[in-house]
Amino acid sequence: MPLITCENVSLGYEGLTVARDINFSVNRGDYLSIIGRNGSGKSTLLKALLRLKAPEKGKIIYGEGLRQSDIGYLAQQTPVQKDFPASVFEVVLSGCVKSRGPFPFYSPDDKKKAHDKMALLGIEGIKNKCFRELSGGQQQRALLARAMCAADKILFLDEPVTGLDPVVTTELFNIINEMHKNGMTIVMVSHDVHCAVKYSGRILHMNGGVLFDGTAEEYKTSAAGAEFIGGHKHD
Amino acid sequence: MIEYIQTMFSYSFITRALIVGVLVSLCAALLGVSLVLKKYSMIGDGLSHVAFGAIAIATALGFAPMKFTVPVVAVAAVLLLRVSESSKIKGDSAIAMISTGALAVGILAASMTTGMNTDINSYLFGSILAMTEEDVALSVTLSLIVIALFIVFYNKIFAVTFDETFAAATGTKVRLYNTLIAVLTSVTVVLGMRMMGALLISSLIIFPSLSAMRVCKRFRSVIITAAAISVFCFTTGIIVSYIASTPTGATVAVINICAFLAFALVGRFIRS
Repeated sequence: MPLITCENVSLGYEGLTVARDINFSVNRGDYLSIIGRNGSGKSTLLKALLRLKAPEKGKIIYGEGLRQSDIGYLAQQTPVQKDFPASVFEVVLSGCVKSRGPFPFYSPDDKKKAHDKMALLGIEGIKNKCFRELSGGQQQRALLARAMCAADKILFLDEPVTGLDPVVTTELFNIINEMHKNGMTIVMVSHDVHCAVKYSGRILHMNGGVLFDGTAEEYKTSAAGAEFIGGHKHD
Repeated sequence: MIEYIQTMFSYSFITRALIVGVLVSLCAALLGVSLVLKKYSMIGDGLSHVAFGAIAIATALGFAPMKFTVPVVAVAAVLLLRVSESSKIKGDSAIAMISTGALAVGILAASMTTGMNTDINSYLFGSILAMTEEDVALSVTLSLIVIALFIVFYNKIFAVTFDETFAAATGTKVRLYNTLIAVLTSVTVVLGMRMMGALLISSLIIFPSLSAMRVCKRFRSVIITAAAISVFCFTTGIIVSYIASTPTGATVAVINICAFLAFALVGRFIRS
């Protein structure tokens, strides 16, 4: 059974439908990129998959006992975070906030997990630094480490490399690739079609609905892919 | 000087004010950090106006002011939160609407019954004489509950303050914790406004956390520093107001402003 199945899902904002008749599923071990132009409904779809927004029509079914606490999420940064006085360790550890259900405090295991993830992402050395004083790449690593603390089965990424330089972008994608190899299911929203095709195994192209759903290789030769990839080169 | 302070504490109304004030300052500082970071500073201010309206109505109708006001303001806090979440009216204008509305209703209620007597004035600008024995017992109980709940839910409050969307996506009941913060704030506002005045109580919520944020780099140290600043400023304020015969609420607020300026200076010095 797939982890997530969308059945005839329509999505919208305040009565305005932005995407309709969405049918697809996310299977365990997928590395799925959701791409499309601004306003194509890709971010709204992600919100629906994360249960932050109810679909207007249709059903989203969660299989294999997938609970919200199994989910990791690398969100786009909010204005609140730009000036937030918290150490990297505090931010990363907050990914474990659901690990003990209603129990209020973190366990030693949670703290160890946070340390492990920071070591994995190479930010152990700056764990006591203030989040607001970090570079964009370091902030994104801290938020990815937090998402990894929360993710047991599936990791959602919303435009993970926006505003980062090419070197940091490659590093981040390598880390995500590594996680995928270790069995994590990845669902990423991206406007960067080249990176999406390069790194992910499967592409879901949105344009008011699902325009294309298949492997990255198939996408390159498809009509939708040829136009979107080609179109980007002239930008 | 020490003798002077000893004489000061021989007045039981000052001891009462000090006990309640210290506890309320502590609550205000703890909650203030979250409110300031979530850009909800105006909620504290809005709630104090609602509290004023509620107290004026309670006085007019002959109800016990505290017992009537705490639940009314708690309900207003939940409403304010819901309204500021909805996109139809922007959060800040919603708060301005509710707070000026409540102020107007309060003034009408007061003038129709007793006129603008000293009681109402003391609610607006605060009075150190306002606390009765019963008020003290209620204030101590409620503020200890606020502090206990804050400590128990500290990690959740951090998660919800830092990133609501992440918290919601990973299964934290964001709405519940936002409501908790708002209700605890409303209790703190009502307890503190007798002494600080409806117009000044939000200074207790906003200043200590802003001061702490100038210097501290970790959330936990911001919380602890804000609490310490708040208690220190309140205690200093009450002593200064006794010595200089100035209004307590305004004195505490001015000392908080001085602390903020000092911390801002230190913060700039550290960074450069």
